[in-house]
Amino acid sequence: MAKRKRIGMEVALAAAEAVGMCNVDVAAVYPITPQSHIAEHLSDLVADGKTDTEYVTVESEHTSMSVCIGASATGARAYTATCAQGLMLMHELLPIASAMRCPIVMSVANRPVNAPLNILSDHSDIMPQRDSGWIVIFSENGQEVVDLTLMAYRIAEDKDVMLPVIICIDGFILTHMVEPMEFPDQKEIDKFLPDYKPYATLHPDKPLTMGAFAMPDFFPQMMKAKDMALLNSKKTIVKVWDEWEKKFGRRYRPVETYRTEGAEVILVTMGSMSETAELGVDELRDKGVSVGLVKIRLWRPFPSDELKAAVKGARILAVMDRAISPGTGGGPVFTDVKAVFYGEDSRPIIVNYVMGLGGIDVTVGDFVKMGEKAAKAKKEEYEFYGVMG
Amino acid sequence: MSIVENFDLYAPRLIDKGEHFSVGHTGCAGCGEALATRLVLKGLGKDTIVSNATGCLEIISSRYPTTAWEIPWIHVAFENAAAVAAGVEAGLKALRRKGRIPDRDVKSVSMAGDGGTADIGLQALSGAMERGHDMIHVCFDNEAYMNTGIQRSSQTPFGAWSTTSPPGEVSFGQRTWKKNIPEIIVAHNVAYVATANPSYPLDLIRKVEKARKLKGPSYIHCLSVCPTGWRMDSSLTIKVGRLALETGIFPLYEVENGKYRITVDMPKPLRPVEDYLKLQGRFRHLRPDKIEEIQARVNLEHKKLMNKVEQLQSWSEL
Repeated sequence: MAKRKRIGMEVALAAAEAVGMCNVDVAAVYPITPQSHIAEHLSDLVADGKTDTEYVTVESEHTSMSVCIGASATGARAYTATCAQGLMLMHELLPIASAMRCPIVMSVANRPVNAPLNILSDHSDIMPQRDSGWIVIFSENGQEVVDLTLMAYRIAEDKDVMLPVIICIDGFILTHMVEPMEFPDQKEIDKFLPDYKPYATLHPDKPLTMGAFAMPDFFPQMMKAKDMALLNSKKTIVKVWDEWEKKFGRRYRPVETYRTEGAEVILVTMGSMSETAELGVDELRDKGVSVGLVKIRLWRPFPSDELKAAVKGARILAVMDRAISPGTGGGPVFTDVKAVFYGEDSRPIIVNYVMGLGGIDVTVGDFVKMGEKAAKAKKEEYEFYGVMG
Repeated sequence: MSIVENFDLYAPRLIDKGEHFSVGHTGCAGCGEALATRLVLKGLGKDTIVSNATGCLEIISSRYPTTAWEIPWIHVAFENAAAVAAGVEAGLKALRRKGRIPDRDVKSVSMAGDGGTADIGLQALSGAMERGHDMIHVCFDNEAYMNTGIQRSSQTPFGAWSTTSPPGEVSFGQRTWKKNIPEIIVAHNVAYVATANPSYPLDLIRKVEKARKLKGPSYIHCLSVCPTGWRMDSSLTIKVGRLALETGIFPLYEVENGKYRITVDMPKPLRPVEDYLKLQGRFRHLRPDKIEEIQARVNLEHKKLMNKVEQLQSWSEL
């Protein structure tokens, strides 16, 4: 493997650089904080002729996804990026994109959802989209953003998948950091990611009807097909990640582990907080607390088996949710993690800390405190960590 | 009008014999929209991709696994037909440039009803027109939300009954006048805007052909008589469509680079609006004072249009 130069760059710009390497045919991006640096930098790349992309400066996020679906239907590789209110506005179209099997890639600069308005960071924008049928992948640092973006179209366009992909990049905490990263050469990417060869396209040479309506004689079959496709996509996701490891040396798994060997308590995280949590685990281990960390990278399809294997033997799981699922008694990750263990004979005690809402810092010290608290847990419980009242 | 009277004689020579919208769709008897779609597609030809909004047209033509479309067609949602067509256009442009599809002029066309154009779809349409995509938007205006059961839209005429503008003890029906969408599109500096009506098939096809040849966005606002929603005899679709013109209620005109032109002459004087209203159950409840109010408004709108026709020059002459 060639030794590559690492360069310092803002992560949002790096995301745009990675998109620029993917020979994207159509990009339709509407600006929203903290995604806007992606929108801006991608337009720079187009303006300088560094990527041959039709950049449609749309009038809303609803239109950005509509343009992506229309373009994808013609056989074009389509890209967009958004977050928060923009993602909510686009929500209507997400299940359509996946049901119509449009391999669109979208970067989401995770930000809270109003009200109150807050432009910083948490996962409450992606959570309402979790049943939209998209593949959803979380990144924890800039290098991962670059790698996961470059791999996204390979996964999306695979004939066994044909589904859209979201790459989650925590707003500000990740998008606006300057980090050291390395990029593969364009030639290597061209080889890794050839032109999109669509299965079916809108063209008069072979007229097709797309997006027909279906009554109960066909509708349930279509929903089943979509669910099967998403569940089945995990195989391809892992296959592409394995290929990446062979070519570029960096390994990606649906669930990542850190110091879980023999751990009694395991913290479960997603996104950028995971690196902070690692330091918390180190500190707890130094203190003699038997703690490990499991990071969920692949949010949809949910990696149930991988998660079960990763926490095997642990007595307590502490799930860190950067969002709340109102009215369910916890956060959305908590709910999914609990469901994984329902059928098991022996189940860990699962506790839930809803934290980091609205961009509030979650420090190493916070993870130490949560880890210590979790270690004493006697039963399932959830709390808004550090919130008074 | 003579050419329309001799339609059977001339039509085969003047109109594309190909059918791109086929029989077997499930439109109501006398559906003006289905007829208009068939004629629009004759004007467009086979090198066309249609992006269709949710609504009557989509529902009557695309029940899986059947289709009435013999050209490529896509439906995504209600409010975004123009945005999807913009995406189709952008996709074709990129793929053609990169040599991945044949180097041929394929037109992206969005089709939507009055709701999908003037109400919920107006933002997407405005964006697509403003950005200058090489596309046509066709609005089939049947003057209410027919697919969901005849609810009022911003295109429902003043005084008309609809299921959400019912006349009652304290109501005379729809309280507002039609929003002028062609004018709104002209204000986007779109090079070609026209009204159309399938009761005048040659005029309709000629306008579509004109829009088809243009590079850039264009807009066609097509009246679609709806016997079901207008509460009228389904055998009268063509007649009611003609009366819409003869009373001045729905004039046929085009706006080329800002220059207005009447394309089908209206009688002088215009026929009274009552001739049009009395054939439709949606106006049955109207009292004479309301009919007078409609007549006065139609007279004013006619004068406003004729004033534009007489006064406004083409942008290229300014």
